Amino acid sequence: MTENVTTENVTNDPIIVCEDVHKWFDDFHVLKGITTSFKKGEKAVICGPSGSGKSTFIRTINRLEEHQRGTIIVDGIELTNDLRNINLIRQEVGMVFQQFNLFPHLSNIKNITLGPMKVRKLSKRQAEEDALALLERMGIADQAYKYPSEVSGGQQQRVAIARALAMEPKIMLFDEPTSALDPEMISEVLDVMRELAHSGMTMLVVTHEMGFAREVADRVMFFDEGVVVEEAAPADFFDNPQHDRTKLFISQTLQH
Amino acid sequence: MEELTFTPEIKPPSTKKDPKRWLKDNLFSNWYNTLLTLLAIVLLYFLFKGVYTWVFTQAKWEVIPPNLRKLSVGKFPKDQLWRVGQVIYVLAVLMGLSAGIWKGLNQQITSAVACVGAVIALLPIQVNTSLREAAIIATTLIAVSYVLGRDLQNLKRWVIIGWVLMFPWMMFMLHGFGENSISTILWGGLLLTLILAVVGIVACFPIGILLALGRRSQLPAIRWISIAYIEVVRGMPLVTILFMGSLMLPIFMPGDFRPDKVIRAMIVLTLFSAAYMAENVRGGLQAVPRGQYEAAQAVGLAYPQTMTFIVLPQALRSVIPTIVGQFIALFKDTSLVSIIALTEVLGTADEILGDPKWTGYQPELYVFIAVIYFIFTFAMSHVSQIVEAELGVGKH
Repeated sequence: MTENVTTENVTNDPIIVCEDVHKWFDDFHVLKGITTSFKKGEKAVICGPSGSGKSTFIRTINRLEEHQRGTIIVDGIELTNDLRNINLIRQEVGMVFQQFNLFPHLSNIKNITLGPMKVRKLSKRQAEEDALALLERMGIADQAYKYPSEVSGGQQQRVAIARALAMEPKIMLFDEPTSALDPEMISEVLDVMRELAHSGMTMLVVTHEMGFAREVADRVMFFDEGVVVEEAAPADFFDNPQHDRTKLFISQTLQH
Repeated sequence: MEELTFTPEIKPPSTKKDPKRWLKDNLFSNWYNTLLTLLAIVLLYFLFKGVYTWVFTQAKWEVIPPNLRKLSVGKFPKDQLWRVGQVIYVLAVLMGLSAGIWKGLNQQITSAVACVGAVIALLPIQVNTSLREAAIIATTLIAVSYVLGRDLQNLKRWVIIGWVLMFPWMMFMLHGFGENSISTILWGGLLLTLILAVVGIVACFPIGILLALGRRSQLPAIRWISIAYIEVVRGMPLVTILFMGSLMLPIFMPGDFRPDKVIRAMIVLTLFSAAYMAENVRGGLQAVPRGQYEAAQAVGLAYPQTMTFIVLPQALRSVIPTIVGQFIALFKDTSLVSIIALTEVLGTADEILGDPKWTGYQPELYVFIAVIYFIFTFAMSHVSQIVEAELGVGKH
């Protein structure tokens, strides 16, 4: 079954609006005018060759990268240099990294409770209760009191997802969440992401997992050299790509 | 279907060796190793024999007992020694309570201190009664408050407040007030060494962290001030700065403002160490990967929170050995305050030797001082190892 199963969650209200977003690294023009919007509950998979700007793009959405031209509006708040806005948006936008970036000096559960306690000002008891519930949902409740270095890569990434979810974000960004994992651990992370998609979360996922894209995404965006070359529903994208560059990319990624 | 065959479990080959085998492998494996081993044995024999005969037959240890008080507290008036006792007792109670309440590291440090107290209390040599008495009381206080502390978890906040008030209280208590006040010039011996070292260590640590953060700041003004401070201070010998702090500072200060000499020494030692501390901490900060900052930001932590909960804990624990090295260096550098006429423990020894009665006792006195320094510095590096183990350095 590759039928899209989550469309019913998508509403018509845009939650992220990007207007002509540009970004340079020194002289290198990484993003060359991205204009798009994402609806509440939408799941977008972003793919493209490395260096195409796809990671940079989702990192501009929680201001880990600063865009230098254009506007980005997340949940009605425009991203500017105003620190208060940035912190507000970061509370609404969770992020999962390729290298997990768990805090190695804290146990798994403390990795999760830190944000809720320090930013959302939850009590320790409440934060721990929530964290254990999240770990349960991730299927790793028994790993709560271990340190990140003591659990497998797949488990670390699930802790990282729980850490992001503990802030009760409206949007989740995934930056190649399975690229650093051994093959047998990829599916356990994808399962969790699939479950999250079904729960109606707005998700922007940079990934090379085309099976996941086909199954879960409402829209697949193909980035190349800083522009969105093509975007379409997964069925159209994979079976009927319009641009030569997209065709080449799909044939290359689906070969193996 | 073929049945699975299990390979039988095989024990790993034994790596234990009998002593004979060990000797052969490690000391006599070939002719030149044999030669080196024999040479080392001969050398060690003469070394031990020399040390043993000097320590137990030749050394004139009679210089120590009558001067023990001077080495401990310098010229602190005898009838005012109860002030030192008060400070030590309060310290003992605080340490005992902390050990009981927090366990772990506090427990280790406190039990080490209690051991030293017990050793002093039981010293087989003739010491004056007040020292032995103080040691017995202090050790008992530690033990009692430790037992109490285990059941008094709700005292936590008060113990922390107690530690914070400890320094002003100690200064007030030792100095006294009114007619009976004791000029800090009279403070000396191990008392002064420890006060200078502890104040320097405790104060240079936060200042060093701030300087390290300042040097990495995005704001040019803060960055340049931090760099200038660190480089200038590191470019000067401590003796020079002590001199300037002691002799030249009063010239630049308006009117009669002359901070106490001991206070000035504390400030100089603190500011001097802070520059080195800053560079140690900066080394740790550089070892924290960018992803850690990003992850902290992504959960919505602000800059101070990111630093306090994510970056600094990782940065500091990775440079514990260098930080403790800095503390040990500071501890030994306190001996340089004799240049501004403060007599800490080494200066006191020189003073004692100036007395015609004790000329010719240099080796005994200096060896005794060396042992005191060693006890404290060794304790510091031992504690740092415990801290590392506790924080799981290298494990997670």
